[in-house]
Amino acid sequence: MIRGRRIENKFIKLKEENKTGLITFITAGDPNYNISLEVMKSLPASGADIIEIGMPFTDPMADGPGIQASYLRALKEGQNLKKTIELIKNFRKDNDNTPVVLMGYYNPIYKFGVKKFLKEAKEAGLDGLIIVDLPPEADEEVCNPANKMNIDFIRLATPTSSINRLPTIIKNSSGFLYYVSVLGITGSKTPKIENIKKNIKIIKSLTNIPIAVGFGIKTPIQAYNISKISDAVVVGSAIIEKINEAYNKNSSDVDFILNETSVFVKSLSNAINKKN
Amino acid sequence: MYFASRITRELGGAKVYFKRDELNHTGAHKINNCIGQVLLAKRMGKNKIIAETGAGQHGVATATVCALFGLPCTVYMGAKDIERQAPNVFRMKLLGAKIVAVESGSQSLKDAMNEALRAWVSSVEDTFYIIGTAAGPHPYPMLVRDFQAVIGEETKEQIIEAEGRLPDSLIACIGGGSNALGLFYPFLDDVSVSLYGVEAAGKGLKTKEHAASLSLGSPGVLHGNRTYLLHDEDGQIIEAHSISAGLDYPGVGPEHSYLKDVKRVNYVGIKDDEALEAFKFCAKLEGILPALEPSHALGYVMKIAPKLDKNHIIIMNLCGRGDKDVFTVADALGVKL
Repeated sequence: MIRGRRIENKFIKLKEENKTGLITFITAGDPNYNISLEVMKSLPASGADIIEIGMPFTDPMADGPGIQASYLRALKEGQNLKKTIELIKNFRKDNDNTPVVLMGYYNPIYKFGVKKFLKEAKEAGLDGLIIVDLPPEADEEVCNPANKMNIDFIRLATPTSSINRLPTIIKNSSGFLYYVSVLGITGSKTPKIENIKKNIKIIKSLTNIPIAVGFGIKTPIQAYNISKISDAVVVGSAIIEKINEAYNKNSSDVDFILNETSVFVKSLSNAINKKN
Repeated sequence: MYFASRITRELGGAKVYFKRDELNHTGAHKINNCIGQVLLAKRMGKNKIIAETGAGQHGVATATVCALFGLPCTVYMGAKDIERQAPNVFRMKLLGAKIVAVESGSQSLKDAMNEALRAWVSSVEDTFYIIGTAAGPHPYPMLVRDFQAVIGEETKEQIIEAEGRLPDSLIACIGGGSNALGLFYPFLDDVSVSLYGVEAAGKGLKTKEHAASLSLGSPGVLHGNRTYLLHDEDGQIIEAHSISAGLDYPGVGPEHSYLKDVKRVNYVGIKDDEALEAFKFCAKLEGILPALEPSHALGYVMKIAPKLDKNHIIIMNLCGRGDKDVFTVADALGVKL
């Protein structure tokens, strides 16, 4: 269980403070490398407890139009896996405690070389990995080698993950379990609290790993509602849209983009923290 | 099975037979698989069907079985393909299917598949996804192979009836690879039979515009399977090119990758212009308009048959008819319709 120390420590601390965590997702290299690095650096001060970074891919099958577009923008700007590792390295220059999780698809890692990727990403300061197109049946590909290097392999559970399937999903997971709140892709439908509550209760009966809930959470009020029933709330598409909106208004004014993003992330964080 | 006597005479070498899959209902081998999968959907109690399509042949076949079984059908199709395959789009609509234009990515087959997968995760409780080729996540590559293996089984029976022995060579075109796998599968253990899979070499294997993932790609993971892919050094998928929309896919069914690695099947390429020549050749000599996909297979037959002995028996799968391609061919030949 004790693998990536940063994620584990973060959830211990949140629990001590009786808080729910905020996990913010941004895409590496969107709208360009420098802005994504500056946004990343600013997230902890705006209330992000864990930072999730999307690794751009041409064919993101689990993502909605918002994240698809952000991946294509980043690729157009020349983002690649090497630069994504660099992003973490640069972030770690002034931040040693905020956990960083990479999320994406297997092919870029496969092509880069799994061993080389894990080694370089770990050295850069990576804590966890979410690879959406690698099921537990393929654990020997990335999950097992990642676990050996103390990188948490974070798995997704969905509303259709049955009670028979859940133990397989949980088995080699560490850090936290990512509960997909809707049947569908990122940034799509609005989650139904009652269903999530019921399913989380089932998962909690099987494991004590922290549960983060994401997909489809866009507003402070939704974040607040989810925060009452989970250990952490993940917001992605809405943040990416906010960054892109600001960038389109004034692409040369980095402070403006950072401020717009920060105001939004703070609104999410404040909503979550008033849960009691 | 059909003996192409005039083509055989003209090429002056091997005896050329066609497996006439283009005579199937809806004009291609695609229907074999759709009937199998729609029955499975029924059995599983799923009452809605979705599918992806490139050229539209699989979309038409899916729309057809849905009409027959009274199931609502949604077909995901790249916006670019909708434009270049207008007759099939209209056919699908006549059959009662809803067409969703996919605007993401390269707006062609791989993006249609992405979008269908996205739609499926959102509707998996009541919806069955009929994948059109021997690719995608497990168990689709096996399912599609088994439903298409009827091609090879019939071929075996019919050639033994016609010639009293097994053929020497089997030739089929490869996009995702379902017609080729269906033809080859019952012959895999018959080591005397040479197998040739013909990929689309587009404008040439030395150019960047082709769809030859087996010949020029490298292993990768896409759409839930590990297979040869066209991708760059960062693992980003590269757009394929072929004059034939049905071969225009940057991956290939994983079993073909296996058959390449164990060297059971020879994978070769035929260019756009060679396929066009074969298309015209077949029309003039046999009175058959082949689809542009099997025109690639025929292009390879034309290359090797003249060099082979008169006793050598080649069977080529004529997996689709060419009516759908008349506009593309006219355009490529500079003819205005």
